[in-house]
Amino acid sequence: MSNTGIKVQLEDFDFGDEVDALEADNHVDGAVVTFIGRVRNNNDGLQVKHLFLEHYAGMTETCLADIVEQARQQWQLGNVSVIHRYGQLAIGDKIVFVGVTSKHRKDAFSAAEFIMDYLKVSAPFWKKEQTEQGEHWLAAKKTDQQEADKW
Amino acid sequence: MTIKVLFFAAFREQLGCDSLTLDYVDNITISELQQQLSHRGDQWQKVFSNTALLSAVNHTMVDVEHEINDLDEVAFFPPVTGG
Repeated sequence: MSNTGIKVQLEDFDFGDEVDALEADNHVDGAVVTFIGRVRNNNDGLQVKHLFLEHYAGMTETCLADIVEQARQQWQLGNVSVIHRYGQLAIGDKIVFVGVTSKHRKDAFSAAEFIMDYLKVSAPFWKKEQTEQGEHWLAAKKTDQQEADKW
Repeated sequence: MTIKVLFFAAFREQLGCDSLTLDYVDNITISELQQQLSHRGDQWQKVFSNTALLSAVNHTMVDVEHEINDLDEVAFFPPVTGG
């Protein structure tokens, strides 16, 4: 069992269904680590009303698959699933899902964190925040690059 | 040669343009393409003088020395902010 699933979609996803899919007919992996990123209502002191996500169709999928491949070279992984949404999102909406199975927890934890850290700095997505004070494109954070550089 | 050029996010909005199809007689580099596009107007000058600008060719990040070939898809965009 070592399937990789990459989905870039407008629609929401169901957490339970995604975990079931990672575990289905998979009796060799004892660890399942998942991460969900959601839209929060505040950023840099501003009240956020909505979030708009743009992406570069084609490059995004290639980039996510490449990140998962890099993770597979460093850790012993079973199934890996990455879902990233784009379009107009509301507060609390799910943005991203990363799910990793492995025989052991350390590989699963590390790979999930690595995938998120790399996704943040290399997958071609751009967020535009709509706040009470108007809308603006978010600037990339130095701290995100530092997180990715630590691997 | 014919190439497609795409713009994303803040750059797409600043330029009021999401894609261009361009014809060139000779191969050019990313740097030369940026130079030519920057002459299209004030907003173009602004976008292409932005030091944070990133370039990709056929879905792979490239540096400014990269040579563009016939039918390549070139993309220019700001630093990414997904996740």
